Amino acid sequence: MATVSMTVNGQAVSGEVEGRTLLVQFLRENLNLTGTHVGCDTSQCGACVVHVDGDSMKSCTMLALEAEGADVTTIEGLAKGGEMHPMQKAFQDNHGLQCGFCTPGMVMSAIDLVAKNPNPDEATIREQLEGNICRCTGYHNIVKAVQQAAKGG
Amino acid sequence: MYDFNFHSASSAHDAAAKLAASDDGSVMAGGQTLIPVLKQRLANPSDVISLAGAGLSGITKNGDGVTIGATTTHAAVAGSGDVPAALRSVAEGIGDAQVRNRGTLGGSIANNDPAADYPAALLGLGATITTNQRDIAADDFFTGLFETALNDGEIIKSVTFPNATKAAYAKFPNPASRFAMVGVFVAQAADGVRVAVTGATDCAHRGPKLEAALSANWSASALDGITIPADHLNSDIHGSAEYRANLVIVMAKRAVEAAG
Repeated sequence: MATVSMTVNGQAVSGEVEGRTLLVQFLRENLNLTGTHVGCDTSQCGACVVHVDGDSMKSCTMLALEAEGADVTTIEGLAKGGEMHPMQKAFQDNHGLQCGFCTPGMVMSAIDLVAKNPNPDEATIREQLEGNICRCTGYHNIVKAVQQAAKGG
Repeated sequence: MYDFNFHSASSAHDAAAKLAASDDGSVMAGGQTLIPVLKQRLANPSDVISLAGAGLSGITKNGDGVTIGATTTHAAVAGSGDVPAALRSVAEGIGDAQVRNRGTLGGSIANNDPAADYPAALLGLGATITTNQRDIAADDFFTGLFETALNDGEIIKSVTFPNATKAAYAKFPNPASRFAMVGVFVAQAADGVRVAVTGATDCAHRGPKLEAALSANWSASALDGITIPADHLNSDIHGSAEYRANLVIVMAKRAVEAAG
């Protein structure tokens, strides 16, 4: 076992992990931040996406020890003072979810997408979200939500 | 995944030392291939040595070309104004946005997946791979299925891509994985026309017949009538060898048209 320390949602955290402990396991099992989901566990579905030092990454394909010293943001870290993040609000406004399982990863990827493409067209949104799978196939409203958020909510 | 001891290397030299000190260690860059392999228990290293803190990331342009550090992510390459457009487009087409934020140039070429994109770019541009031991020409680097010229304990530090007059990459991505069913990189390089094909065989390779045709006449129509024998090509549930043989020509034509 080794000790890992990082900042998660603005809080300094540390814990004992094995070499093989995945970042998503550390978030869910050590920190009880279960908003980050494990879907496929093969880096395809994107349900586990979090931000590591500002970039969206698949936390099922990253070791907890690789995040030593990193600044991690999960879905739980988006709302401020009881107010949803504009991307979360846009998903709510546009009914950008059905069962909701993919939603945390979808929102985290979408925020990174808009940060790097401030005025994305529909094709760009669909292309940049290709690492996130919605098995309800609710992509149409997800794209509309991202468009709304990109226009400032 | 079996457990292992995790280490963070401070330099390529430190990584080599940690690797030598381990029973059966493995170096890791972005981990976008190694972690899935570990999860499937296809590998069981005693130690995993991360290169993330080894100072091997960065892009440096000079008059002759561009040198890209081994742990530079695909996203960093895709977004760099110092990288030629053809190489940026290769990086942009790898995996998905999250994989591009973590996957690295060095990791990709060390793994040498038969359907990886970067090997075609290295061969197509006549790149040079710099390791902690020596410089290796791309033509000598990709030796077989997941096999490279790297020795035990040899660690990639950077790749230098010389400038090309014209260059482009065209790939037919597998719709699910985005790996290349077939990808073709074409270039008018300093040493003449180079054509590199990935996805079609056990590893990326140059296409001498295509190079000869394009050397005589740099146009898509110069490839009309050329056929690629299917007998040694990859065949799987995604496409037959004959299908891939046809794709090689189609992608080569698209690449030439894109290069202008």
